[in-house]
Amino acid sequence: MSASNGKVTREKKHAKQRSTRLSRAERALRAGERTVERRTESSHAMKSAHATVKSAHATVTKTLTGIQGFDEITNGGLPRGRTTLVMGGPGCGKTVFALQSLINGANQMDDGGIFVAFEESTRQIIANAATFGWDLSVLDKKKLFFFDARLSPEIVKSGDFDLVGMLALLESKARDLGAKRIVFDGIDVLLNLLDDPVAERREIYRIREWLSRTGLTGIVTQKVGGLELDQRYNFLQFMVDCVVVLRHQVVDGSAFRNLRIVKYRGSGFSGDEFPIALTAEGLQLTNRGPRELKYDVSDERISSGLPRLDKMLQGGFHRGTNVLISGAPGTAKSTLAGLFIEAACKRGERTMYVSFDEGATQIVRNLRSVGVQLDPYVKSRLLSMYSTRTRGPNIEDQFSDLRAKVRSHKPSCLVIDPLSALSTKLSHVASADAAQQFLDFLKGEGVTVVNTSLMDGLSTDEATATGISTIADTWIHVSYVVQDGERNRALTIVKSRGTGHSNQVRELTLSDKGVDLADVFIAQGKVLMGVARWEWEQEEEATQQRSDVATELKRLQLQVAQAEAAARLQVVQTEMDARSAEIALLARATGSASKLQATDRAVLRKMRHADDDGRFATSRARAGVAERNGKEAGR
Amino acid sequence: MAHVTGKNRGLRLRLYVAANAPNSLLAVANVKALCATHFPSAHVLEIVDLLRHPGRGLEDGIVVTPTLLKLSPSPVQRLIGNLSDTDRVLMTLAAR
Repeated sequence: MSASNGKVTREKKHAKQRSTRLSRAERALRAGERTVERRTESSHAMKSAHATVKSAHATVTKTLTGIQGFDEITNGGLPRGRTTLVMGGPGCGKTVFALQSLINGANQMDDGGIFVAFEESTRQIIANAATFGWDLSVLDKKKLFFFDARLSPEIVKSGDFDLVGMLALLESKARDLGAKRIVFDGIDVLLNLLDDPVAERREIYRIREWLSRTGLTGIVTQKVGGLELDQRYNFLQFMVDCVVVLRHQVVDGSAFRNLRIVKYRGSGFSGDEFPIALTAEGLQLTNRGPRELKYDVSDERISSGLPRLDKMLQGGFHRGTNVLISGAPGTAKSTLAGLFIEAACKRGERTMYVSFDEGATQIVRNLRSVGVQLDPYVKSRLLSMYSTRTRGPNIEDQFSDLRAKVRSHKPSCLVIDPLSALSTKLSHVASADAAQQFLDFLKGEGVTVVNTSLMDGLSTDEATATGISTIADTWIHVSYVVQDGERNRALTIVKSRGTGHSNQVRELTLSDKGVDLADVFIAQGKVLMGVARWEWEQEEEATQQRSDVATELKRLQLQVAQAEAAARLQVVQTEMDARSAEIALLARATGSASKLQATDRAVLRKMRHADDDGRFATSRARAGVAERNGKEAGR
Repeated sequence: MAHVTGKNRGLRLRLYVAANAPNSLLAVANVKALCATHFPSAHVLEIVDLLRHPGRGLEDGIVVTPTLLKLSPSPVQRLIGNLSDTDRVLMTLAAR
C-alpha cells in the first residue's frame, strides 16, 4: 500500500488541527461515546497505535459551507472529516448545495476539493455553476477537481464490482490538490448499478471508511423518489453522520423549497424546516433568526412626509419601525407611501420602493399627479425602485431577491407596496413566514418600513392576510366614508407603539396641489366629510358673518342710544343753565325793586319839601335803634 | 503489476484492478482463463493496478474496479465487474 505513508502524515496533521480546536467540555463529553464507537469500527483499518490520535478525531469539529443561513442553523457547518448525506427529489438543489459548499471552501477557506459526478458530465456541472456566477475555470486547475464518474449506458456489466480502484485514484488526486472536501454527487446512480443490497451497503461503508481515513469532509447526494426506493436506500441515513433533506413542494401553484436537518451526530441542531431559495448567487437559507428578538431601538422620529400626520403621531414614525398603511383600493395608500419616501429623499437618505404588479415608472407618474416628486431621486440613484410580479417566482425566491437588493442598496427607508399583493400566496404558512422573516430582517437592518396593505374593512381580529399587523409598530388605516352621495377618505391611527397618538379621524384630501389632512366635523351625531364638510364650513362661516353683523348693528344701536342720552343730557344742562339764569335774574330784580322803593320815597319827600312829621320821625327813630343793635352785635 | 501476455494480433485488452480486492482477483483469474480458452494465441492483456498507478485510471476515466477495456479491434468496449458471466464477456468482446 503505497499510500499508507502519506496517509499517516495527513492523519497526524489533521489530528493536530483538531486537538487545538478541542475546547468545550460538553463537546468532549458527547465525543466520548463516539470515540468508543469509532475505535471499534476502525480497528481493522487503523493500527492500534493510532487509537489516541483517533480519539481527537472523533470530536465533532465543523467545516463552514459558506451557504448563507446553513452555517448558522448547524452552528458551524458540516461535520469535518465525516460524511453528510444530502437527500431530495429532483430539482431540490442537492447538487447546488454540494457544489456551493465545495466552491465556497476553495474560495473562502482555500480548501481544495473534489467533485465526483455520477450523474452529470463535468461540462454540464461547470455550465450550471456558471449560471450562479461561479467561474470554475479559474478554480478548476488549482483547487478543484471534477471527476466524471458516469458509467456510459454501453457499459457491460458482468459480475460484481467495487469502488476500491476509484477511491485509490481519488486519494492520490486529493493528496496532489491538498483537498479537504469531496462530493459524491448522485450516489444512487452507482448504487442502482450494483443492483444488490449487500453490495450497496458494502460500497457505502467503503466510502465512509475511506473518508474517515483520509480525513476528507464528504458530501454524498442522493435522489429520493418513490417509497420503495427510499426504503431501499434508508440504510444510507443510518450510516452517515449528518443527514440533510431538501424538499420541493407546490402549494396552490407556488413552489416552496425547504431544507431540514434530520440528523447530526455529536451536535445539536435545529430540526425545523427552513425555507431555501435558489438565487443568482446560489442557494440561500432563510433562518428565522435568533429565538430572542433583539433590536436596537431608536427614539428618533422621522417624518411621514405629511406634517399633520406627524403631529398626530407626536412627531412622526420612530426610526427603524414597521408602519402598516391599510385601506380599500384607491384610498391613497401608495400616495402616503410616496410622501414618506419623498421626505426621506429630501433628508438625503437612501430609499427603496418595492412594488408588486405596478411598474416603477407608472408609480412615479401617478405620484407626480398629487405633487410627490420622485423623479430626481430615481435619477440620482438615492431612490431605488423595484417592481416585480406577484405571480412570478416563488415567494422565498422573491424575498431572497429583495434581501440581496436591500443589502446592495442599503436603504434606510423602504416601502413595500402592497405587501398584501402576496396574500394569495400568503395563505400558506410558509409564505407568511417569508414575509414576516423579511420584515424581521429589515428591522434587524434598522430600516424604517412602510407597508401598504389592501383591506376593505378594519376587521377587529388582527389576523390580517399576513398577520403582519401584529409586527407592525404603527398601523394607519384609511377607509372610505360614503355619505351624501360621495366617497371620502378617512384616516385613523389604529395603533402606534410607543406613541401617544391622536385618536381623531382626519379627512385625507388629495389634489394636484398635494395631500393634506383636514379636521372632520361632527354635526347632529354625524361625521361630516367632503362636500358636507365644505358646506358645514361655509355654513359656519356664514353664521359667523351673520353674528358679526348683528353685533355691529347692536353696537351702533347702542351708540345711537348713547348719543341720544348725551344729547338729552345736553338739553337738560342747557335748561338748567336757563333756570339758573332765570333765578339769578329774579333775585336781582327783587333787590333793585325794594331799593328803588326806599330811594323813591326819600326822593319824593325831598321833592315835596315835606317837614319831618311824625311819620318821618318814627321812621328815623326806628333807624337809630337798628343802628345801636347793629353796634352791639358787632362788639 | 502491469504485465502483457501473448502476442499482438487482434485482441488488445486492459484490465484495471485494485490490488488484491476480491473482485479484482477474481477478474484477473476470469479474464486469463477466458483468453486462454477462447483467444489462446491472439491477444494482448495489460493489467493495471490502480493502487499503484492511480494516474492511469484518471486517463481512462475508471470509476469502478475491476474494469476491462477492449481497445482493439474497434469499437472500444468497457466491461465492469469480476467478469464471472463468461457468455456476456465473450459476446461483448466479439461485438463489432
